[in-house]
Amino acid sequence: MSDSRTLVIAPGLAERQYWRDLWRYRELFYVLAWRDVAVRYKQTIIGLAWALIQPLLTMVLFTVVFGKVAKLPSEGNAPYALLVYAGLLPWQLFSTSLTGASGSLIANSSLISKVYFPRLVVPTAAVAVAFVDFLVSFAILVGLMIWYAWLPGWQVVTLPLFVVMAFLASLGPGLWITALNVKYRDFRYVIPFLVQFGLYASPVGFSSGIIPAQWRFWYSLNPTVGVIDGFRWALLGGESAIYMPGFLLSWGVIAFFLWLGIRQFRKMEKSFADLI
Amino acid sequence: MADVVIKSEHLSKSYLIGHQRSEGKRYVALRDVLARNARNLARKTRDMVTGRAVLQGDEVEEFWALKDINFEVKEGEVLGIIGRNGAGKSTLLKVLSRITEPTEGRVTIRGRVASLLEVGTGFHPELTGRENIYLNGSILGMGRAEIRRKFDEIVAFAEVERFLDTPVKRYSSGMYVRLAFAVAAHLEPEILVVDEVLAVGDAEFQKKCLGKMSEVSRQGRTVLFVSHNMAAVRALATRGILLANGGIAGTGSIDQVITHYIGLGAQSSTVDFVAQRGRPTIVKVSVDQQALVSNNLDLKIFFSSPWPLKPPIGGVILRAASGENVWGSNGRFHERIDQGQGLCSGVIQCAARNLPLEPGDYVASIWLADWHQNYDEKIDVLSVRLGMSESNPQRPNGIGFLEWPAVWRAHSEDSVI
Repeated sequence: MSDSRTLVIAPGLAERQYWRDLWRYRELFYVLAWRDVAVRYKQTIIGLAWALIQPLLTMVLFTVVFGKVAKLPSEGNAPYALLVYAGLLPWQLFSTSLTGASGSLIANSSLISKVYFPRLVVPTAAVAVAFVDFLVSFAILVGLMIWYAWLPGWQVVTLPLFVVMAFLASLGPGLWITALNVKYRDFRYVIPFLVQFGLYASPVGFSSGIIPAQWRFWYSLNPTVGVIDGFRWALLGGESAIYMPGFLLSWGVIAFFLWLGIRQFRKMEKSFADLI
Repeated sequence: MADVVIKSEHLSKSYLIGHQRSEGKRYVALRDVLARNARNLARKTRDMVTGRAVLQGDEVEEFWALKDINFEVKEGEVLGIIGRNGAGKSTLLKVLSRITEPTEGRVTIRGRVASLLEVGTGFHPELTGRENIYLNGSILGMGRAEIRRKFDEIVAFAEVERFLDTPVKRYSSGMYVRLAFAVAAHLEPEILVVDEVLAVGDAEFQKKCLGKMSEVSRQGRTVLFVSHNMAAVRALATRGILLANGGIAGTGSIDQVITHYIGLGAQSSTVDFVAQRGRPTIVKVSVDQQALVSNNLDLKIFFSSPWPLKPPIGGVILRAASGENVWGSNGRFHERIDQGQGLCSGVIQCAARNLPLEPGDYVASIWLADWHQNYDEKIDVLSVRLGMSESNPQRPNGIGFLEWPAVWRAHSEDSVI
């Protein structure tokens, strides 16, 4: 028997082999992600329709309330519906992946108490479902752009960067909350509230340009502000400029939460099997 | 061939458990409760922010689930791990399969470890049989290429060809079990860990499991086997480890260890348990040693419950040293006796006169329930030595478990009436 297959179990050792183990279990990551997606779209008609109807109706509502009733300005000469939808897309990506990640450990409790694998696989795989939803909703955006005969500029090629940004923004708090959820089941009530609250606190239904200049920097403490501004810049072209100091601050907040989330998750990970 | 594949050195695992401090006061003042809660809240918040495990109660005590465990397992060996409830068997397996980390000591393992899980762990009811084979295989540690290679074999073993593209929620329970076992059986790890899976499934399935496991060990793989089923342990294992209170109480050939286990605590006639809050539990069991000499079983089950049991019902099963159940009885076999208000604590007494059993050592398992629901069971908690006294320890051995007199006569054929 070769020595490469010798495994030593001792206190603190799993800590040192962690990232190597994570790489070794990437197959499990693919399979868990695939399982979540397959289950989500199992009853095909309903699953797909849901991902279409929800953003479409929200877009119509926000366009009427913020654009027509409140008469808020759009950015440049972009149609208001397009402005709303370009904000709604990243917001939904962020909120579904946050919801998925934070509930993931409890949803897989039977696995965690019986099989070993780096637990980080579970919340990251749960995020993959949000990406599939995002792709479906993206089809509506293409439809809207054709309807308004709107051609995005060269900036559209940077879009994947902002998709990654949305994921990272949701992963940090997601990891932290899912770890806390294992011990305190009341943290699951935090997420629906956070998502509902954030929908209005983030510039989804309006342009972040209407925020008074002296507050704009601090407004970007909400990491989704940076994400949404980035999406609008990429999709609406030069009509919507990125406010650089705020954008960088959003990245800073995202990095901080990611560091905090991974650190807390790793710390509590060892006791998951004993607590769940 | 006789390589050491598992080597455990000074392995220990401790848990922290919280206690509610009782301050010796007759009554509880609201002021004290508020002060205590404020203190707890401060500590819990601190623990939560720093990511430490948060404990209930205001005194923290260390509890050693495993203490200084040393053993070696050689390649191709089937090791039976036995012991009472709470002796540390499951914790040991959890450490070996890396689900939880040890506190001290180290284990060196050579080869891939796989656990034969409770049937259906990691199955998703909405997915088809085909999809579940891939899902469950990866959870157990197989790569996709490996699953693809063994796919046809797994399907043939499980006999589910016709239903491969049906969601498993529509499977009969038999098909479900067969599929789950088929995936696990084709895992081919160097070390297989089996924890009490034989407790589920019908007799046919248990037989199939046992067959597969002895096949695995014949192929030179190592098996760790935990079970309360002494007959199965004896049939499969070659060597045994007896755990008691987190430590090793004996190692050796499986027959020696089982005999030791059955005889353990033969002198003690009372066993106490920690009452669990929130559900009815057995707190103490006692047996009259004197009565056992003349094959009478007098058993007392002390219980406590947060709500009145209407009526409290106890049960007992005697198991022979070879592992088979030989006799059992419980209150539900008999007419229901209602005690009005029910009882929150008390004693259930069992008296069985002149048990027609061979003299020898048996183990008793005790069970607590009410008329509708089972609450607590303590497996193999009491040693019962029937028909033997200090002065007369040995009696001629009979055949089987029953001691039942028969009349024998002999005479010539002509005189048959």
